[in-house]
Amino acid sequence: MGQAITVTINGAKQTKDVEPTQLLVELLRDTLGLTGTHVGCDTSQCGACTVLVDGRATKSCTILAVQTDGAEVVTVEGLAKNGELHPVQRAFASEHALQCGFCTPGLLITAVDFLARNPTPTDSEIRHAIEGNLCRCTGYHNIVNAVRSAAEMMTTTAQPKVAAGVKR
Amino acid sequence: MITHPFTYRAPSTIEEAVAALGRSRDAKVIAGGHSLLPLMKLGLAQPDALVDLRRIASLRDIRAEADGTIVVGALATHRSIAEDRTIVSKLAALAEAAAAVGDPLVRARGTIGGSLAHADPAADEPAPVLAFDALIRAIGSKGKRDIRAGEYFKAAFETALAPDEIVAEIRFPAQTGRTGSAYVKFAHPASRFAVVGVAATVTLKGDGTVERAAIGVTGAADAPFRAAQAEKAITGTKGDAKAIAAAAAKAAEGITTLSDLVASSDYRRHLVTVYARRALERATQRAQG
Repeated sequence: MGQAITVTINGAKQTKDVEPTQLLVELLRDTLGLTGTHVGCDTSQCGACTVLVDGRATKSCTILAVQTDGAEVVTVEGLAKNGELHPVQRAFASEHALQCGFCTPGLLITAVDFLARNPTPTDSEIRHAIEGNLCRCTGYHNIVNAVRSAAEMMTTTAQPKVAAGVKR
Repeated sequence: MITHPFTYRAPSTIEEAVAALGRSRDAKVIAGGHSLLPLMKLGLAQPDALVDLRRIASLRDIRAEADGTIVVGALATHRSIAEDRTIVSKLAALAEAAAAVGDPLVRARGTIGGSLAHADPAADEPAPVLAFDALIRAIGSKGKRDIRAGEYFKAAFETALAPDEIVAEIRFPAQTGRTGSAYVKFAHPASRFAVVGVAATVTLKGDGTVERAAIGVTGAADAPFRAAQAEKAITGTKGDAKAIAAAAAKAAEGITTLSDLVASSDYRRHLVTVYARRALERATQRAQG
């Protein structure tokens, strides 16, 4: 017996019929084809399936789709705007913060939520912020570099352009 | 993947939620779902109905009442508790326990009410709930009642809640005088659950001696417990390093500690004394200001 839910996904409001047993990640991947969100462990541990639910980084394997009725969900597919990558995505590319890439969508989402709350983090704060996202390739070092670099990019562009034209 | 079918509803009042619980044979309450959904995936929980509390906004509140009681709604997430200014300043051990749960993603969804209702013997928040002598306010078909923390935890995953009762809020009595608290834990390196976690509250008299102390221990035994012998031993002392060490040495007295792949019973017993000492030291320092 399905239940109708209305959920905004990457900015588009949609009404879908879901089974109560269906997990959010199953709705995203199997019903909507948003396969950028990965299932690593399906046991709430690895964080590969992390998406934003009402702005908070959430393991989409550990929330039912019906629980997102009325919510706003952002997946990795929703980070780029008008064909331009999100600063966190650009930083992951330039800092080589991935090898196999499986954990990357979840880490990007976690970093977006974290930097929204803490725009000028220390390295220690970054390391604690990504505790819920496992990466088996990188050893995390370049991920920390990327989050720091994204923070710098985002605070610089957020500032008023009073210094425009000044050589640095 | 969850294979066992269930019905789902999200009522907007707690009374409706209680009524919904009564209508099913094996209904479960869901809040953050970070204990329940993993169990359902494993088939260890197979409820025929889920009653979601998410629309009952009042259960999310953290507020101070006129008499100084701090009320934490059952739906307050670990993250909101860890970041709440009142809790950080008045109930440091609770803020520290909430900040020590799982990882940031788990803390953003998991709730204190869920943690207490689930009653995992290695959960963090039961330790400060015990050490602050909090009341667990439950609402059921027969109305509301307050359960003292010391009478709430019965065994692993067993509480004093009746099947149709829902945890509505946790009520922390006003902390008076020179009181300090702290939570410290030895975390399982992978799961971050407490192998042993200890919360302590210490209240000092004007002359600096210990007026009262309370110690809540989680992870060590079948259910979280108050370290009564250690509390007795520290009371009336100067709260100096020697007195704290002597009291902490008694923290596992009379307790049957758990033994598993992570830690033997003897090792857990040792950890209880070490972490009781650290919690008492930190709580006393904070009480001294």
